[in-house]
Parts: sequence; C-alpha cells; structure tokens
Amino acid sequence: MVLLTSLRASFCVGVARARLLPPPSTARYFASSVIARQNAPMKQPPHSDSVLFPGAVNSKFTHELKFQRPQDLPAIPTYRLIDTHGEVVDKSREPDISQELALKMYKDMITRADKFLYGMEIWSLHLSGAGNANVSAGEEGIAVGSAAALAPDDVIFSQYREQGVMMYRGFTLDEFMNQLFANKFDYGKGKNMPIHYMSERLHMIPHSVGAAYALKLDQSSRIAVCFFGEGAASEGDFHAALNIAATRSCPVLFICRNNGFAISTPTLEQYKGDGIGSRGVGYGIDTIRVDGNDVGVTFGESGFILYIGIMAVREVTMRARDIALKEQKPVLIEAMSYRVSHHSTSDDSFAYRAKVEVEDWKRRDNPITRMRKWLESKSWWSGEQDQELRIQVRKDILKAFARAEKEKKPALENLFLDVYKVPSRDLEEQMAELRRIIDEYPDEYDLEAFDRGREGL
Amino acid sequence: MFAARNLLSRAAGGSLRKPVVNVPRVTAFQSLKIQQKNYSNGGAKDYTVREALNEALAEELERDEKVLIMGEEVAQYNGAYKVTKGLLDRFGEKRVIDSPITEHGFAGLGVGAALAGLNPVVEFMTWNFAVCLSSNFADAPTDTDQDQMQAIDQIINSGAKTHYMSGGIQPCSITFRGPNGFAAGVAAQHSQDYSAWYGSIPGLKVVTPWSAEDAKGLLKAAIRDPNPIVVLENELLYGQAFPMSEEAQKSDFVLPIGKAKIERVGKDVTLVALSRCVGQALTAAETLKKRHGVEAEVINLRSIKPLDVETIAKSVKKTNHLIAIESGFPSFGVASEILALSMEYMFDFLDAPAQRITGAEVPTPYAIGLEQLSFPDEDLMVKKTEQLLRL
Repeated sequence: MVLLTSLRASFCVGVARARLLPPPSTARYFASSVIARQNAPMKQPPHSDSVLFPGAVNSKFTHELKFQRPQDLPAIPTYRLIDTHGEVVDKSREPDISQELALKMYKDMITRADKFLYGMEIWSLHLSGAGNANVSAGEEGIAVGSAAALAPDDVIFSQYREQGVMMYRGFTLDEFMNQLFANKFDYGKGKNMPIHYMSERLHMIPHSVGAAYALKLDQSSRIAVCFFGEGAASEGDFHAALNIAATRSCPVLFICRNNGFAISTPTLEQYKGDGIGSRGVGYGIDTIRVDGNDVGVTFGESGFILYIGIMAVREVTMRARDIALKEQKPVLIEAMSYRVSHHSTSDDSFAYRAKVEVEDWKRRDNPITRMRKWLESKSWWSGEQDQELRIQVRKDILKAFARAEKEKKPALENLFLDVYKVPSRDLEEQMAELRRIIDEYPDEYDLEAFDRGREGL
Repeated sequence: MFAARNLLSRAAGGSLRKPVVNVPRVTAFQSLKIQQKNYSNGGAKDYTVREALNEALAEELERDEKVLIMGEEVAQYNGAYKVTKGLLDRFGEKRVIDSPITEHGFAGLGVGAALAGLNPVVEFMTWNFAVCLSSNFADAPTDTDQDQMQAIDQIINSGAKTHYMSGGIQPCSITFRGPNGFAAGVAAQHSQDYSAWYGSIPGLKVVTPWSAEDAKGLLKAAIRDPNPIVVLENELLYGQAFPMSEEAQKSDFVLPIGKAKIERVGKDVTLVALSRCVGQALTAAETLKKRHGVEAEVINLRSIKPLDVETIAKSVKKTNHLIAIESGFPSFGVASEILALSMEYMFDFLDAPAQRITGAEVPTPYAIGLEQLSFPDEDLMVKKTEQLLRL
C-alpha cells in the first residue's frame, strides 16, 4: 500500500486504465530485448579482440592475469549542490527556486522533526503494547527532497522513515494522529503497527518493480518509487528486484537511504565494496550517489531553467525520474545520510555508538540546519520566523492530538472484516455469534467507545 | 492397529509383505468414467489436465486484459510443463512474460503488479522444483528450495496480508499456480506438498484440482477472485485425461472456491481426499466394492481453504466412518485438520475413531522403492478402510 492520496489515485487509474497523456509509442515501452534475443544469434568472429559470449558482451581479451580488486576502483562520487554551511558550491549555478516551495519543504521538515510528534509516536506505541516505532530524525531531507521531485501520482512504496514524503503529499497531522490512536478515522482500522501510516513494513522492493511493470503496460506517464535503507539491500529480495527491474526494463526509482546503521550494524559490517551504488552499476542500472543532507538549490542553465529543483536530492530525483520515464528503465539513487535518531523507540543506539558522534553530526551537518542557513542567506527566513514556525507547528500537533484522542474506536464489525474481500462463511458466523451474545447479555458489554456502538456490528 | 502415517505400518503391514491375493486394479480414470456415465449425454470430451489448464488461462487472458502470466520459461519455451503452450504467440510478450530465475523477484513483481491493479497469474516451475526437467538445460537453474521459500515470503507476507493490514483499502488480486507435491524420482527437496503450509494462512485461498474439470473451473475461479489464491496442481496428473462435460468446455465455466465435490456416492464410509489421492481413493472404493460389497463415499475436497466442512459432515452423518487421505506429511497436515474438524462437528455421528492416511514422516527418498513406501497407494487405502470397518 502506498500513500493514501497517491495510492487511491494510482489504483483507480490502474483499474480504469485512464491515461494521463496520450500513449507514447509502444516500442519505447517494450524495448526490443525479447525480439533481439530471437533475431540476433551470437557469433564469435575469428579474430575479434573482445568477448562475444552471451553472458558478457564487449569485454576485451587480455593476456594479463589480473583479478579485479574493488579497492583499486575509485569510489562513486557524492553529488551535492550546497555545503554544510548552506552555501552553494558551484557559484555559477545561480539558485532559482520559488520561495513558497522552499518554505513548504522547510515547514514539512520542521513538523516531522518536532519532538512532540516524535514523543507522541513513542507514547502511542507503548499504549498499544506494540512497543516499536521507527523514527526518521536526521533523514528528513531525503524524504521531503525526493517527494518534491516526484509527480503527485507516482506510486510510492515506502518504508517507515518516509513520513516526510506523505506530509509533502498532503497527509495531514490529523491523519497521522488518527493512525497513532487507531481511532475510527484510521485508514488501517487499527490493524497495522503505529507509524506504519499507510504501509505495512514488508519486503517491498520487488513490489515496486511490479507496480512499475503495471504502469509500463498501461503506458502511463507515471513511475514507481521505492524507498529502502542500506540494511535492506543485504536481503535477497533487493537483488531479485534490481535484477528483474533491469531485465524487464521497469520504470522504477530505487531510493536508498544510506544512513550508516542497520539497527545497530554499521555499514562497514553490513557490506564490503562501494556502498549500495556499486550494486546498481553491477545490475546494469543507471546509478547516482547524492548528499542526502543537501537540502536546497535550484538552478538555471544555459539561460533557461532546466529544473525547478530546490535541493540536490530533489534535482537528482527529478533527473532520475526523467530517465526512468523516458527511457523506461530503473534508476538507483543512493542518498548518503547519518541516522541521528535511534533505529526505533525500543533501541538505545548509544550501546553501539558514541553519543558524542551523534551530537557532532547533529551540530555539524543536519538537513534542517543546512536548509535554514540557505534560506537565511536568501533573506527568505529569519530566526524570528523560525521560532514562530516551531511554536505554530507544536500548537497544530497538539490540536490534532486532542482531536484524534476524542474520536471513537473503529466499528466492531472491523474485527472480522478485511481478511478477504468478502468475509468467509466462518467469519460471518463468528460475527453473527458475537451479535447474539451481545444481544443476550447487553448489560455485560459497553460499546460506547466504538463507532456506531451495537449498530457497528 | 498401526497408525497409517507410520513407515512401520507400510513396511511391516504392507509393501514388504507378499500380496495375499491379486486384486484386479481399476484405474482412477476407469472408475471416473464409470462415475460419470450419468452425464455422458453426448457432448463430453476427453481433456488432459494440462489442456484444461491451458484452456482456462487462454480464456481468462482473452476475457480480461488486466490478466497477465509471468514465470520462468512460460513464454518462449511454452512453460516447463507446456501448460502455457501457445499463449505467447496468441497474447504477446506484454502479457506472457519470461522471468529471470528469481522466484523472490517475479513473485514480488506479481504482487506489486496486483497492488497496482493488474490481475497477474504467477507460475512457479514447480512449487518444489522438478529437477528432472531443468536438467535438460545446459544452464539449469540452481533449483534449491530456498527459492521457493523466498516466494513464500511474497505470497504470505505480502499477498495474503496486505488487504487486512491496509484496513481493506488495498486489494491484491493475484493467482499463484504450479505443480505441487511429489513427482517421480526427484528426491526430498523437490517432493514436498505445500497444501498445509498455505492452508494455514488467513487471507489466502487454496485450491487443489484433481480432474480436468477441477483444473479448468478452479483456475478460472482463482483468476477471477479478488483475493490472493494459491493453485496447487499435480505434475503426475498433467498428462492424465478426464472426460470434460459440455458445460465445462464453455468459456464461462467456473467452479465455486470452497465447495467440495462428491465423486462417488456411498453409504458405508467417507473417504475425503485431495488432488491425486482422489483418483486413488476412487480406485480403492471400487476394490472395496468388489471385495466386500462396501460402498465408500469419495469426497474430492477441491478447496483446502476455505474447507467445505459441511459436505464432509453431511457424508459422515450418513456413513458414520471417516478416513482423510492426503500425500503430504502427517504432522499438522490437511488430514490432521479434517480429523480435528471431525471432533468439533461430527463426533456424535462417528462409530469409530476417524483415521488419516498420509505421506510418511520422512524426507522423500529418491530410490523408487523407498519413494513408493513414502506415499499412500490404493492398497493402503483399501487396507485401512478394511481395518476401520472391521472387514
């Protein structure tokens, strides 16, 4: 499941096969891979200096017996537009961004970073007994930045650190709170863990490829996007997904948040080799590494505006989206960051890393600070405004909290619904039996707390 | 009485002993022909299970453009078992899709496509991989069952649970199909029956066709159903021919999921079976009739989940004796479930403890003699019924 807003739209589009744009030529969508395989038999010419085996085309022959050593290859560079001081690195690229958009992104980040909302998430977990929430502090930039570059109806498969994406797309504070309280407005009706606002925490990477394939079949002008962490990239499904996306040419963006830790496992123990980016290259996928804390620049080039980007992540995401859609193939973005928060509310990360290291990252480099510095350098923002915004955000959160708390729980019938599209006979019988028992012993049950009370069953 | 699940019972009481009398065997096909005389009103035609599945897929691809098929070798190679024969030519590479050898990948891709509104049919070359075919290839897939286990993750964690966990917002209409259970001489890693595995998962529906009509009607129903469905076929049945009624030959023929079928009416004992065991049970029933004049009622489960308890209970009410037959492992199996249900719903009608006949509690051996010992056959079914009825 995806963002509610985008999901509903995308699902409806999928079903109705509505097309946003006139369908482009089918040839673009179904590259000649299969046909080529049928029509072009592989032949090794007698005096060729390169390999023409089916499994490795265009490899030069060599008489030097040499193993390829990963450490001999240069690491993939990390793209950034502004540095940690909020200053544009390449002065020739004049920032060009609408103040409104920049401020919206900044506000979304501030809201996601609000300690009360974070605390509320923890509290709701303890209340529910589930006892585990995953938090996104320090990575607000990646989520908000990439969301800003995607089309509103792109299909997003997120994990649990992409609240910023949802917020950017218009998921309201009330909606966040309703999910945390599992009240009657919670879209999941209390059936999913807190903070899994619209998504289940599943092995989602191959699903995004499937969604991308569906979009491809539909000749849609949309793409699928999959967020995941560098820890997930050690799972088999990551590799299966990248391979099948590359071989079936699916328009999907893989956005990896490389935040340094998979729960407690530091990346150095997670993988050898040059990060997740090198894997993308290995699967034959266009790949870029970007500074995930770099939150804010747009630029014009050669006299006309190429992108209305506002940050490196955004710019890169836009460019990647372009490739995925126009060339109908996958693209991998590895966004580098540092997880300032603990993995989840049940994790104390100071058991495996020094507090001073975290404090240092917070102070030295942080997407919010970087963006604020940049906004201030444009004179679009001031310390006063910042103070005001933070107070306002806190107020809004508290209001949403109070509203969500008062709402009733989902109707009783939801106990039995949603296992199948239509409840099985067994579930129907159980529902009828519960009705009978409640009606027979009305004094024993208090159904006030549930939406529609007895009628809700 | 040795429990029928014990290898000891097979070895000591059955296969290792010389046959006392040679009973003329009636094959399942012959017995079905006898059974189906009642609708041999002209239009019936013989179909192999393979042909029935192929026809079902073709008709559903034709009916709904959201349906697509993906899996290993399904397109150019026409399917490892030729179930998808001719579909690539007819429906094109957009809808009949060859996948790399990555179960996790294409099962996940299928789920993703289903979440996005398509209606995919994902074929597993086998639910437990048949080496006998893949060894024909120079670059045979590395067929470890780990691949299968990866697909299970997609089927269960994503396919079966998404609708529930999303509060009903996100349906997942997908069909997973392929041959299940033991085949012939493919050893332990490729001879597993997954009926009980998938049958225990809320949110999934699981069907196990036996005849050609089952195969066509259930597969079509699975594709049309808005829930994730697991279709467990049987490799040993693919080439077997069954009469297909005129009605079943039509393109609008579907069978209800969750309804069992009484394949043979009887009054003395109820034999509940699934998949290939249905045919064996019918053969055993004919033998029992010849030997003892006993009329066994044979129920073809057709669907593991939901399970048609009502049909079984009705039958047991009449016969007062119940034997559940499957070729899966004995512990926590489909037969175990039926016996548990018999305690809950049929206790008062049983004249003797219900019995189960299952595969043996042993990883399936390779050698043919050992393999035969590991699975129930017609003789064992006859013997166990005789013991139950004290014949």
